[in-house]
This record gives sequence, C-alpha cells and structure tokens, in this order.
Amino acid sequence: MSAPAAAHYTSTGLDSRKIAIWAFIGSECMLFVSLISTYLIYKGRSIVGPFPHEAWTSPSGQHFKPILNIPVTSASTFVLLMSSLAMVLALSAVQNKELPKRTTGDRILGSSKLWLWMTALLGTTFLGFQAFEFTSFVHEGLTIRTNLFGSSFFTLTGFHGAHVTAGVIWLLTLLAIDYRRGLGPKDALNVDIAALYWHFVDVVWIAIFTLVYLIK
Amino acid sequence: MEHDSTHSDPVAVADHHAHGDDDAYHPGWSTYWKVALILLVITVVEVWIYYIPSFSASRAFVPSLLAMSAIKFGIVVAFYMHLKYDHKLFRALFTGPLFIAATTLIALLFLFGQLVARFGPGK
Repeated sequence: MSAPAAAHYTSTGLDSRKIAIWAFIGSECMLFVSLISTYLIYKGRSIVGPFPHEAWTSPSGQHFKPILNIPVTSASTFVLLMSSLAMVLALSAVQNKELPKRTTGDRILGSSKLWLWMTALLGTTFLGFQAFEFTSFVHEGLTIRTNLFGSSFFTLTGFHGAHVTAGVIWLLTLLAIDYRRGLGPKDALNVDIAALYWHFVDVVWIAIFTLVYLIK
Repeated sequence: MEHDSTHSDPVAVADHHAHGDDDAYHPGWSTYWKVALILLVITVVEVWIYYIPSFSASRAFVPSLLAMSAIKFGIVVAFYMHLKYDHKLFRALFTGPLFIAATTLIALLFLFGQLVARFGPGK
C-alpha cells in the first residue's frame, strides 16, 4: 500500500491504533511482572550452583565463580538506554520531516534514516551482548536446566531478548519504508507506535537490570 | 523540565503541530538529551554503589537501587513514551495493569516468604 494508513478515530477522539498499543503494553507489563515474580520467588532457592552472586564448589570439587558479569551487563544497559534516545530522535525527525533544515545540526537531527539505523544498530548490539552472556554462562556450566536460577534467568532474559529482536525487525521494516518512499509527518503515528514498543522494552530492562543483576 | 516550544526552534514548534492523532505535545532534542544524561548518571551511580562493599552490605542498598530504578522507569515512561503529555486514557491503560501486576508481585513475594512483614517488637 503506497498511501499512508488513514486515521482510525474512536468515540474518545483518539486513534484506535494508539489505544491498542497502550493496551498491548499494559498486557506486556503483566507478562514481564509474572516472569520477574517467578525469578524473585526462586531467588536463593537453587540447591546446586552456579549462583548469580556467590561462588560455589560442587561435591566433586569443581569451583564455580559468581556467574553474573556486571561490567558487561552495565555496558549493554548503556547501549539500550542510548537506543531509546535514538528512537525518540527518529520519531522527532519523522514528525518534522517537512521543516527546512538550515544547519548541519538540523540535517543530522532531521535524518530519520540515521536515527532508525542507529536504534536498530544499538538494539542489535544489545542482542550481541546477550548472546555473549548466554554463551559464556553455558560454557561456565549454567544452562536453563541446571537449577532454579538458570531456569528463571534464561526464561526472563530470553523473553526480553525475543522482544528486542521483534523490535529490531520492526525498525528494519520502518527503514525499508523510509528508503522506498520516505517517512513523513503522515507516518508519525506508525513510528510513534513502534517507538512506544521500543521504549517499553527499555523500561523492562531497567527493572531487570536492578532486580536480577544488581540486587544480591 | 522546561518545554522546548519556542518560536526560534522550528523543530520544537513543529512538535506541537505534527501529530495527527491527539495533538499531544512532544518535547524536543533539548529535553531528550538531558533525559538521556540523567538516565546515564543514575545507571553509573547504581553500578558504582554495587561495587562499594560497605554500602552493598547495608540495609540502604536495596531500597536505594529500587528507588533509582523506579526513577529511571518513570523518566523513560514520562518523557520518551510521552505519557506526561499524552491523553489520560493512555496513562490509565499503562498504570492500571502495572498497578495490578506490581500488587500481585508484592503479594506473591509475601506468600512465598521472600518478603516478611514484622509487626510489633521483634524477637
């Protein structure tokens, strides 16, 4: 479809697509809180290691370090936070596409392609950090079947990673549209909906970073 | 946080008019970079206190982390998700389920003994 989708106004005067994304985000809150609840309920109840914050020696004498790597996760958290900044700038660029760009700064801030690429790249970098973390955990002896910590940790962070992956694919589709016909103010709502999803994924990580990684 | 809508800033002026859905105000670059800086600083403080053994062993550690996390959560929702400026129905659609979920989480933590309420003098 070459023309932008028409607005779907409801009796509230609000676009139904925006109401739908907020309702979806509300339901996603419940999904992630259920996963976080499971993690917190099982926290400290694993019978065998490796453990998140404590070293452990198995009955066979094998020594396991605390498994969580805070510096690496802090870096990935920084990357995801910056991706949210890039996403709001992408939305702003789409909304203001038709304004004159007088300075180099205006042209940089007004480039929706640049900020969409930046967001997708930062999201992919976050996924790279997560792949590195999962791989190193498996090499260190923690899988989803090892103990309660492994089961709840991989389920929670795996679900989050799947959401980031979906977000990156969504961003790439927006980029494809931008290259094909250009995104403009008429597409602002579509980009806004994608941005809301992306920021939601970011706020979920803010909670996971504190509850899973930092609280011992 | 000040609004960026000045007539000398065409980007901010357009922010007022570019919305087809509900004419909600969206802040501009000058707000967004400040928000990013605040998020970055809070994250650095969170990681920093994690590495202070005396603080991470104290009773203030967990409440401090939860408070900083809540501030970051609120800032992203308010400014990047524009809930501060958007229609109250969107606010209700987000905060309603979040409240139910958070209450359920706290109830479950009490139920499974991860949180304990102590009333009266302890033993």
